[in-house]
Amino acid sequence: MASPLELRRRIRSVDNTRQITRAMQLVAASRMRRAQEAVQAARPYATHISGMIERLVLATGNDRLPPILQPRPIERTAFLVLTTNRGLAGPLNTNIVRTTVNEIEATSDAIEISVVVVGKKGHLALRGLYTLSAVFTDISDQPTVNDIAPVTQLLVDGYERGDFDEVRMIYPEFVNILTQQPRVVRLFPVVLPEVQQEAREADIIFEPDPASVLEALIPRFVEMTVYRAMLELAASEQSARMVAMRAATENATELIEGLRLAYNKLRQARITSEIIDIASGANALADA
Amino acid sequence: MAELTLTVVSPEREVLREEGVTLVLAPSVDGQLGILPRHAPLITQLEPGTLELRRGAESQHFSITGGFLEVMNNTVTVLADASEDAAEISRERAEAAREAAVRDLEEARRTHDDMMTTQARLALLRALARLRTVERARRG
Repeated sequence: MASPLELRRRIRSVDNTRQITRAMQLVAASRMRRAQEAVQAARPYATHISGMIERLVLATGNDRLPPILQPRPIERTAFLVLTTNRGLAGPLNTNIVRTTVNEIEATSDAIEISVVVVGKKGHLALRGLYTLSAVFTDISDQPTVNDIAPVTQLLVDGYERGDFDEVRMIYPEFVNILTQQPRVVRLFPVVLPEVQQEAREADIIFEPDPASVLEALIPRFVEMTVYRAMLELAASEQSARMVAMRAATENATELIEGLRLAYNKLRQARITSEIIDIASGANALADA
Repeated sequence: MAELTLTVVSPEREVLREEGVTLVLAPSVDGQLGILPRHAPLITQLEPGTLELRRGAESQHFSITGGFLEVMNNTVTVLADASEDAAEISRERAEAAREAAVRDLEEARRTHDDMMTTQARLALLRALARLRTVERARRG
């Protein structure tokens, strides 16, 4: 049995931990709100750019698409894996790493694989498993488009040069506060919006011409897709951390209750035995 | 008379939504482009530069670092890579950014770092676009 002093020390230590986890929970909650707002704010651009691509593809015609949109046989696949820089976010990063491993194993052996990682956690987990062709660990958890520009540039250049014929991105989708779903999306070849031939609009003037505008627009589209995934990652990170820290705070509270009970019992037992001591001493004196 | 609605969106947010606009001036890759109400449908690529909107005699300037512009049914939509109101731009910061970009560019040229060269050149264009916008807004 621990001594009362030892119990008091443990109670204090657990209480200190609880203060930290509670503070982290509150910080994560407010950051999560900001991250969700950023996800919302990115929506208009996404809607407009998809609409514009649709009109451009329609005007260009499927047979005159720029090289960046022309399909080719897939011999090399690159994976872009988005993870967080910091831990204490529940199973978020573990799930992403597991999905990545599954995806890579499901890929045919004939295909050459390269892996690009965003985030320290992904770097730590994946560097022992695969050769990583690039790692980005300096992107803030409130990302801007400028922050992710090097990532997209690497992918767009690599695809245009033919370093890889397909790029798949793995990131956690923010479903709600309790659920973050690992998602796999194809960045290259670009998934074009469904084009309906009937929906042909009035003749549009293109400057310089539809194919060149389309060619310039595609990297922006990919950048926007990666940027939105980074925002989803940020929202997922904060909500996963908030939930994990809430659970930790609750566990600490339970632990403290248990320790307090043990401490109080011990204290009571000591007092009782002291009273018995004194009482029996007094009785012995009275008897004498 | 018909009027234009101008929307400027960047990946990060909707920068601007203005109704009752009478003229939009934008830096297209083929030269300065002026859009009046009832303009024909148009999609074009933009260069880094200044986007100007006029409402009668009143005018407003924004820097854009490149992007795309679409005109359809009296609605002008600008997909900007990034955009700032001239009033929000700090001259000193833009100047400092320009100097930093020039230094980076020289450094990159010396070390033959292609990635850095591209980045520095883009940074320089952005800084110049901001400076031009401040300049033009000041002159009115």
